[in-house]
Amino acid sequence: MNHNVYLYILTAALAVYLIRLLPLTLIRKEIRNPFIKSFLYYVPYVTLAVMTFPAILSATGSTVSAWAGFLAGVVIAYIDGNLFRVSLGACAAVFLVGLFL
Amino acid sequence: METFQNTTHAIKQKENTACFLRGLRAGIPIGMGYFAVSFTLGITARNAGLTPWQAMAMSMALHASAGQFAAIHVIASSAGFLEMAVTSLIVNLRYLLLSSSLSQKISPKMKGFHRFFMAFYVTDEIFGISAAQQGYVNPFFMYGAALVAAPSWEIGTLLGAGIGNILPVSLANAMNVALYGMFLAIIVPPAKKDRFIAGIVILSMGASLLFSWVPGIRNISDGFRIIILTILIAGAAAILRPVQTTAAESEETQTENR
Repeated sequence: MNHNVYLYILTAALAVYLIRLLPLTLIRKEIRNPFIKSFLYYVPYVTLAVMTFPAILSATGSTVSAWAGFLAGVVIAYIDGNLFRVSLGACAAVFLVGLFL
Repeated sequence: METFQNTTHAIKQKENTACFLRGLRAGIPIGMGYFAVSFTLGITARNAGLTPWQAMAMSMALHASAGQFAAIHVIASSAGFLEMAVTSLIVNLRYLLLSSSLSQKISPKMKGFHRFFMAFYVTDEIFGISAAQQGYVNPFFMYGAALVAAPSWEIGTLLGAGIGNILPVSLANAMNVALYGMFLAIIVPPAKKDRFIAGIVILSMGASLLFSWVPGIRNISDGFRIIILTILIAGAAAILRPVQTTAAESEETQTENR
């Protein structure tokens, strides 16, 4: 198996790169169709929300500390919005709550 | 004429540098989260029989968390290359949506070759911060973020595979939410300003929770759940409230406001 690993990696890498590259190179103009335009506008919000929840609840090994991280993240993002502080705040909440578990 | 060209060139260069620096800063929390996740990834890779260098090579070539866990699984089961290609296509299919969305944030004036480099760094996180930019995305913003985030993904994998459990569990657990924290920082502020987006975010999370609970439906893989819900919810949102502003138009208003 060992000598094949880099070929496996190359195969996967090509597949992933093509998926990322094709839309970026094929869609060169601004899309005028109002439906597709709106659809693509809403994609990031839906995708990121779906990826965050409920996955975050099983990310820390404890649902309690995970909820603390999630809520801290939402609250700090609502008040402040700074990427770095939100991220760090969520981590800190998990760490602190983890100390008491 | 020549001086005019030199000046516009200088202005553009200055803007690129500023975007690059902004990207570097935005890359820091991403890198933190990447480190924790890739560390786990490295441990998984080693358990599957990969050497630390192979694990790192994979991270350098793919920059895709779920995609890499799937790839490691394919390698460990000694499946064929076709299966590797098909699995990779399916698990990473959401990037097709993300890249399509990103294509609408690219200035028509941008040089074409940038698209090939940008494509390499369309990860969920770097896409997220790029999509959150006002107006067009400057490619140097993405490069800056990638320059911080990608190496910590790669080195995290190497260390995870090489020295395993050196990171205290409590710290690793805490760092595991860094990426989610970032996602929240991207989606919550627009939701605060716009009730419709708030509704979409809450609906998306609720539907995602439902999909992970309901028997039968919960067997759908994460990759497909993301794709199905994105198409359904973003599609419904597009019908309910078509958007008027595009990157080009918000770029214009931004310039006017300056």
